[in-house]
Amino acid sequence: MNWRSIKAIYVFEMTRTFRTILQSIVSPVLSTILYFVVFGAAIGGRIESVEGVSYGAFIVPGLIMLTLLQQSVTNASFGIYFPKFIGTIYELLSAPVNFIEIVIGYVGAAATKSIMIAVIILATSTFFVDLRIEHPVWMVAFLLLTGISFALLGFIIGIWAKNFEQLQLVPLLIITPLVFLGGSFYSVSMLPEGWRTVTFFNPVLYLISGFRWSFYGISDVPIAVSLAAVALFMAACLGVIWWIFRSGWRLRP
Amino acid sequence: MGAIIEIKGLSKTYDGGFTALKSVDLTIEEGEILALLGPNGAGKTTMISAICGLVQPTGGTVRVGGHDIVTDYRRARELIGLVPQEITIEPFETVGNTVAFSRGVFGKKRDDARIEEVLRSLSLWDKRNSKNNELSGGMRRRVLIAKALSHDPRVLFLDEPTAGVDVTLRKDMWNLVRQLRASGVTIILTTHYIEEAEEMADRIGVIDRGELMLVQEKSQMLSQLGQKELHVELAEPISELPPALAPFDVTLGNGGHHLSYRFDRSAERTGITRLIAAIAEAGLVLSDVSTRQSSLEDVFLRLVEEHGA
Repeated sequence: MNWRSIKAIYVFEMTRTFRTILQSIVSPVLSTILYFVVFGAAIGGRIESVEGVSYGAFIVPGLIMLTLLQQSVTNASFGIYFPKFIGTIYELLSAPVNFIEIVIGYVGAAATKSIMIAVIILATSTFFVDLRIEHPVWMVAFLLLTGISFALLGFIIGIWAKNFEQLQLVPLLIITPLVFLGGSFYSVSMLPEGWRTVTFFNPVLYLISGFRWSFYGISDVPIAVSLAAVALFMAACLGVIWWIFRSGWRLRP
Repeated sequence: MGAIIEIKGLSKTYDGGFTALKSVDLTIEEGEILALLGPNGAGKTTMISAICGLVQPTGGTVRVGGHDIVTDYRRARELIGLVPQEITIEPFETVGNTVAFSRGVFGKKRDDARIEEVLRSLSLWDKRNSKNNELSGGMRRRVLIAKALSHDPRVLFLDEPTAGVDVTLRKDMWNLVRQLRASGVTIILTTHYIEEAEEMADRIGVIDRGELMLVQEKSQMLSQLGQKELHVELAEPISELPPALAPFDVTLGNGGHHLSYRFDRSAERTGITRLIAAIAEAGLVLSDVSTRQSSLEDVFLRLVEEHGA
C-alpha cells in the first residue's frame, strides 16, 4: 500500500475544505440549525413526543443523517469530478497508485469532512434539545459506515458525471427525497399502511432507523437489518468502483 | 547507455473504431532527447498517454526502465514525469502546495529542500505562495514542469511544451530542456514545430496517422533525406526547356525566367557541372545562380505527403 500517495491525496482534499470553510462547514451547519428552528419549533409545538422521545430530540438523528448523506455524496463527487473537469486527473492516472489508494484518499477525505460536519451538528443540537445516546459505539459505527458508504457513492457519481448538472442531479433528485421520505422527521409507524410498505423500499430508512436506535433505542427496522443494509450498500459501491478502474470507464479511454 | 523505453507493437484503437496507433516499435536510449514530430491528430499524444497510463493500449507492450507499464506499472510510472499539452493545474492552490502534492502522490517522501530546488531552477521560488490562477501562462507551464520533476523522474515527457508560448519563453524552455538532459533525464517531446525538433533533438521520430514512419539521428535524417536545390535565373525568358536540358530533372518556372534543379548533396555526382554545361550549350544567359538546403520541414512534409499518397 502506497501510504504516502494516500496521505498526499487526503491532505490535498482536506486543505481544500479548510480553504473554503464557509462553504464546506459553516453553510451545512447553518442549514441544519434552520431545520431545527422550523421543524423543531414549528412542528414540535404540535407533536409533543414520538415513541416517548421529544419531537425535537427525535429528529436529531434524521437531521444528522440528512447532512451526512448529502455531504458525503457532494464532497466525494466534487472531489474526483473537479480534477476531471480541470484536467488535473492526468496526474492521478499517471501516478504509481492503484484504485484502492485513490479511493482511500478521496473517499477518506470526503467521509472525514461529512463526519466532521455531523459531529458539529450533533454538538449544536445540544443547544436546542436534550439528547441522550444509549449506544455511543454503534452511533460512531453508523456515522463511519454511512459516511464512507455514501462517499463511495459520491465518488462513483463524480466519475460518471460529464457536467456540473449531472453532478448535482443525484444528490438533489435522489438523495434528498430519499432522506426526507426515509423517516428523518417522523416514525414510519406514523404513516398509513400503504405508505409504510412503500417506505420499506427506501434504503435510507434503514440507515436513519439504525442511527436513531443508537440514540434512543427505538427503531423502525431491526438493527441487524440496518447494519446489513449499510454493509450491502458499501459492498455494491466498492464493486462498482473496482469495475470502473478495471475497465477504465470514463477515466482511461 | 542502454534503452530506457522499449515499445513493441504498441497499438490503440478507440471504442468508436478509430485507430490512433498502429503497431509502433520504438526504443529510446537513456539520456537522449527524442522529438516526435507529426501533424495534429497523428498519434503523438496518444502514444505518450499510452506509455504514461492515461490511455489503455489495445495491443503491444511498453517497458520503462525494464518495467512493464501494465504488469509492473508502479515501478514503471515512478520513473516517468509528464508535462501535458494543456495547462492543467489546480487554480486555487498555491504553487508550493501544488508541486509538493505531485511529489507525494508519486509516493516520494516529503522533501522541502528538493521542492525548493525544483522551484528555484524554474524561477518559481518567489511565487511559491502565489495561487496558480494568479500566474501568467508561461509561469503556469513552468509549474507543470515543476510538478513533473518533483519526484525526480528519469524520463520526462513534454507534450507540445511550447504550444502557444512566445518566442522568449520558447527559448527559455529549450534551455531548460538542455539542462535537464545534462542532468541525465531522458526527454521525449512532441511538437509540430520543426524548428523545435531541429534545435533540440538528438533523434527525431516522424509519426503520421498512427504510424511511426521514421526514427533517425537528426543529422543523419537531414543528410540522408535532405536535398539541395539549384536555382538558376535566366536573363531572357524561354517558353520551353531546350532539348539539351531534357536529360536533367529541371523545372521551368516564373514565366520562363527560372530553372530549378533538385540534387542529392551526398551523392558522388550531383550533376551540377553537366547541367551548367548543358545550359551554356543551349545558349541560355544566366543572371543569377543560388542553392537552397532543404530543411527538416521539407523532409517532414515530404514524408507525410508520401505517406498520405
